[in-house]
Amino acid sequence: MFQRVLTLLKKDLLLELRQQHTFYGVLLYVASTIFVLYLSLPDAPESQVWNSLFWVIQLFVCVNTVAKSFLAESRGRMLYFYSIASPVEFILGKLLFNVLLMMLMSLVGLALFFFFLDNPVTDAFRFMGIVLLGGTGLSLVFTLMSAIAAKAQQNAALIAILGFPVILPQLLLLMRLSRAAFGEIFREGALWQLAGLTAGLDILVVVMAIILFPYLWKD
Amino acid sequence: MTFNYFCLLGAVYHNFAPLLKSRLAAVNKSWWKILSFLLLVYTIVAGFLWEVPRLDILNETIRNLYFHVCMWFGMMILYGISFAYSIRYLRGFNYKYDIYATHFASLGSLFGVLGYITGAIWVSVTWVTQSGQSLGTVLKEPKLIGAAIALLIYGAYFVLRGSFTDMDKKARVSAVYNIFAFVMLFPSIWIIPRLVGSLHPGSPGSDSGNPALDQNDLDAGMRMVFYPAVIGWTLLGIWLATLRIRLQLIRDKSITHEA
Repeated sequence: MFQRVLTLLKKDLLLELRQQHTFYGVLLYVASTIFVLYLSLPDAPESQVWNSLFWVIQLFVCVNTVAKSFLAESRGRMLYFYSIASPVEFILGKLLFNVLLMMLMSLVGLALFFFFLDNPVTDAFRFMGIVLLGGTGLSLVFTLMSAIAAKAQQNAALIAILGFPVILPQLLLLMRLSRAAFGEIFREGALWQLAGLTAGLDILVVVMAIILFPYLWKD
Repeated sequence: MTFNYFCLLGAVYHNFAPLLKSRLAAVNKSWWKILSFLLLVYTIVAGFLWEVPRLDILNETIRNLYFHVCMWFGMMILYGISFAYSIRYLRGFNYKYDIYATHFASLGSLFGVLGYITGAIWVSVTWVTQSGQSLGTVLKEPKLIGAAIALLIYGAYFVLRGSFTDMDKKARVSAVYNIFAFVMLFPSIWIIPRLVGSLHPGSPGSDSGNPALDQNDLDAGMRMVFYPAVIGWTLLGIWLATLRIRLQLIRDKSITHEA
């Protein structure tokens, strides 16, 4: 089973490498959004503002990155996967691929934020860790939402409608957590508690995906 | 002659016994509706007339507890029932359970909106001070965030349902979303209230996250009204939902193949 998950992951990666226009499309999306922010904001925004903006941008980047993961699959191809893999393997492959993709996009976004919008972060490595953790959580939730929205024929807009209320608690948690990297002192152990909570939520999402995806899969 | 009387009596009995039985059965089946009615009469009468402790700021507005808090209890219970029916739907793909899940969810949302309205009334006399407080600060209350998330999730649920033309697909996909969203809702209700400071009872300032259930928070006399009120309102919600479900089942008789 593990082998097959890896094979599916490899297939997605290969597809991404061969059809680079989608990848560059998202990359350009990230860059242009942050550039717009850079032009519209005053120089060096305050750290709180910087933090909220960063996570909101992450959210939208995630919607755009992950959205196509199921919408891009044609009917015939889904039928093919149906005959060669189990739903659990398929969803795990997708989740893994999207997590990797989103981590990459998060790092690119972070680098661009540092470049364009100053750098109020005092502990860059810690913040990077939080960003990777956050990217993982966002991509997991939106992968599942994309699977649901793909069933409803239409559109990427539905992903946002379905996903935003569900992701909200996680996003608030992440914003709170990332204040640790802005030099705010946390209560003893509170930082790890919050990080653990976020990781726990991620595990919950994966478990739910494994349980629920087989029902979405059949047509 | 007497024989004839007996015959007549027998006929009367034969004709009326099933009716009587069905009446009795109806009472037997609808005892919880009667209970709901009685409890709500009790709630309204006792809620407005009984003695309540007069605390600073709160004063008589504490009576809103019997209405406002009950709405949230009712909402969560109704959403919970909807969640359970979604699971049942996925276990057997019986279309009936999809109807159940939808209508319990919509009634839950109605309770949520009513909870907001009663809450707004309460806020306007307790939190909003003379110096004026913007709506923005009030809306950032953690309990309000949790409630807003719940309403948004179920709003999305209905949008999702609306975007299908194929019935089976609609039922299946929306059941999946319902289950996922409800499970994700729970952490948000547990986590956020413990993260953000609040004016609302049950925030980090006080001891527990669940104000109404705490031993120290509620006066004993008020508890005598509050718990029956919760049960009464919840039963009313279930009653309303079952009425709508029955209507829908009659409409969709041709699809569900059963009465």
